[in-house]
Amino acid sequence: MTLAYILVFVVIAAILGVATRRGGRLPVLLVISALAVYALQPALPVRGLDFWLPTLTLGLTVLGWVLTTPRQQRIWRGNWPAVAILGGIVILLGLTRYLVFSLPLTASNPPQILLILVVLLIVAATGFLLWRFSKPGKLILSAAFVFVILIFVLLKVPALSEWTSQVLRGWNGQSTLLASPLDLRWLGFSYIAFRLLHTLRDRQSGRLPTVSLSEYVVYVIFFPALSAGPIDRIERFVGDLRRPLLITSDDYGEAGKRLVVGLFKKFVIADTLGLVALNATNAPQVRSAGWAWVLLYAYAFQIYFDFSGYTDIAIGLGRLLGIKLPENFRAPYLKPNLTQFWNNWHMTLTQWFRAYFFNPVTRSLRSGKKKFSIPSIVFITQMGTMVLIGLWHGVTWNFIAWGAWHGLGLFIHNRWSEWTKGRFAMLPIRWQKVLNVGGVVLTFHFVAIGWVFFALPSLSISGHFLQTLVGWR
Amino acid sequence: MTSRFLRNVFVKGLVLFLLINLVFVVINPVGLGRISLYNSVFPGRLRFPFGEDPAQSYNLSLFNLDAMFASHIIAAEPKPAGEYRVVVIGDSSTWGILLRPEQTLAGQLEQAGLKLCGKTVRVYNLGYPTISLTKDLMVLTYAMRYQPDLIIWPMTMEAFPLDSQLTSPIVANNAAIVDTLITRYQLPLDPRDPAFVHSSTWNQTLIGQRRSLADLFRLQMYGVLWSASGIDQSYPVDYEHAQTDLVSDVAYHGLQPPTLDESKLAFSIMEAGLRVAGKTPVLLVNEPILVSAGKNSALRYNYYYPRWAYDQWRQMMKQKAANQGWVYLDLWNLVSADQFTNSAIHMTPVGEALLTGRVEQTILQQSCP
Repeated sequence: MTLAYILVFVVIAAILGVATRRGGRLPVLLVISALAVYALQPALPVRGLDFWLPTLTLGLTVLGWVLTTPRQQRIWRGNWPAVAILGGIVILLGLTRYLVFSLPLTASNPPQILLILVVLLIVAATGFLLWRFSKPGKLILSAAFVFVILIFVLLKVPALSEWTSQVLRGWNGQSTLLASPLDLRWLGFSYIAFRLLHTLRDRQSGRLPTVSLSEYVVYVIFFPALSAGPIDRIERFVGDLRRPLLITSDDYGEAGKRLVVGLFKKFVIADTLGLVALNATNAPQVRSAGWAWVLLYAYAFQIYFDFSGYTDIAIGLGRLLGIKLPENFRAPYLKPNLTQFWNNWHMTLTQWFRAYFFNPVTRSLRSGKKKFSIPSIVFITQMGTMVLIGLWHGVTWNFIAWGAWHGLGLFIHNRWSEWTKGRFAMLPIRWQKVLNVGGVVLTFHFVAIGWVFFALPSLSISGHFLQTLVGWR
Repeated sequence: MTSRFLRNVFVKGLVLFLLINLVFVVINPVGLGRISLYNSVFPGRLRFPFGEDPAQSYNLSLFNLDAMFASHIIAAEPKPAGEYRVVVIGDSSTWGILLRPEQTLAGQLEQAGLKLCGKTVRVYNLGYPTISLTKDLMVLTYAMRYQPDLIIWPMTMEAFPLDSQLTSPIVANNAAIVDTLITRYQLPLDPRDPAFVHSSTWNQTLIGQRRSLADLFRLQMYGVLWSASGIDQSYPVDYEHAQTDLVSDVAYHGLQPPTLDESKLAFSIMEAGLRVAGKTPVLLVNEPILVSAGKNSALRYNYYYPRWAYDQWRQMMKQKAANQGWVYLDLWNLVSADQFTNSAIHMTPVGEALLTGRVEQTILQQSCP
């Protein structure tokens, strides 16, 4: 999100917060969020794709609602306005192709309106068939779950993305030689996918509350949290949506504070550190271990301030609209061990993985026929969770290494905690404080070294840089 | 938090913002550029900040002479007693486009480890890319604060046309400094020339100055990567080589053959430079140019010069040097065409070595005070 978009969103949120006090917040949020999906999508070299990907976001979201809503709750009367709004937005945006001036709502000129209508018709027909004839059974929900993950894999595996780009370029009559994995940059899909998966899984387990189509779509594509999270839970989000909108001066104060802090973190601190932070270009150029550490520290703080800055902005915008988005960061670099670090870094993501991978796998390993030792269970679940979190960022060896680094760290910390349980309790307070400070320093450096795999594109470049860090090169 | 509290925060913030801008206009902190992390936290740069691709070159162009000198290694410490200080001014050829700092004329002279007058010769690269004698004069005037013992001034004819003196952005954006030089040395330039960028009151506010302040800040930040990598320029793997097939046009800056009008050339600006140098010896060098053998090479030497104009300018330089006793090296055809890179004046390290050899010989013939 650029500064200009953020400022526009602040103004929109502030106006909405006041204008929709007496009602109408939900449809207005639906319109603004749907428009934001298009507006924030970056331009792509594959013709029309920067229109089709946001359209697919809306289509998938609508189908997600149909699949997760019990048949008796799929009431046309209550939900047709949302269908009309979303369809209308797609058609109106498509019609902007014929304007003599360009609007900043789509990254490039939309495709032919006839083509848009045909695609809308296909989505509508699919939706209708599912609406009429499907029920949220285990099979169809599992199929939908796998489908979302397949799209995710398609976007995150560079070879597959490139292949898809070649196919799309071929359809468009564009040169397939220029295909690149970057051609498929789908704004916010990582977060959208997690919200969809959350609702599909919760429907399977019967925990999903019944929500209207508008509520569901606004939850999935809520514009402040579209590009960088946090990943809220639907029952909490919809609870806020259903509450009467009453923005107090406390809300304005808190929103203002979060917005100012977020903007400062992102555009002053993070962007400044970005000038000197570790990257694929400067990593092989560094001549000494000392400067290598400086670049790595710059990266560690850049990524924190960038990400937490965006979260502050999202929380601030949400607050202006009466939505209390969950926190995502709580001073993670000041935590004395890796477990606490992960409890306070990108918290909504770790909570998601805890709920949908770590806990179920732990339960399954504990209650399965084959008996595993506690350390084995801890190792399998920690390692599996962290490697999956790595893969969420991209299906490359570097992200796997990053995940494995943290998985191993968490396992070691778990065993260390088990071993030291009660042993340090007898130490004088002063020594415990020293240990705490030592833990903070050690944890920060463990995390910082892990960022080498995250920041650099290949294991060989990462390996070389790690050698520079320890003075071997 | 009450709404009254929020209103007060907003009003106070606004008042403070306006006040800070006003104070900034009143105190006009022109010397801000002298505050630098270079030569303290970071080693000084071996050549001036210049770069069009900061993310790759860890360098950027700015118009603040204070900041440029403060970031340069020449500002690291007062001149030691045992140092024979040589400064090399000039254009992009001196600065060293596509060359590493140690491959430039200044770099190779420095590496030669010369001794002169019982002192160690230290050579500083004060070249700056853009061709204008007025720019060279500005830099030289500033450089005199650093007490050079010898000034090497490589130049090329393209720096002489009066109509191109202000096309260098660093000249156009330093109207006050150039204005002083115009008055002091009666330069043939018009201080009201629309090419000059004059500063309005708005431009002097904190908001108006945001771009130049950001540049100052970024220059300091890039000190990290300069220190870490020693890189101050991006070196493309491939680049477009200097043109050798040339157009048949023989006009030069609107001048037509057969006679070059001396009044259209900035000899007086060069002479002002010699006055600025005072008793410090100046070695003037007509820097090597690419002599093309391609299409229309009978009419032109290269992209810049029709033969008739360049030949006449060389004659003028030679005549003036002889008449006024300048130390002048005319090395125009010293380097073969294959030793030029992306321009008719940018050389390879081999070409620079040839130039260095000839300049070195001349330096060693300098008489000691």
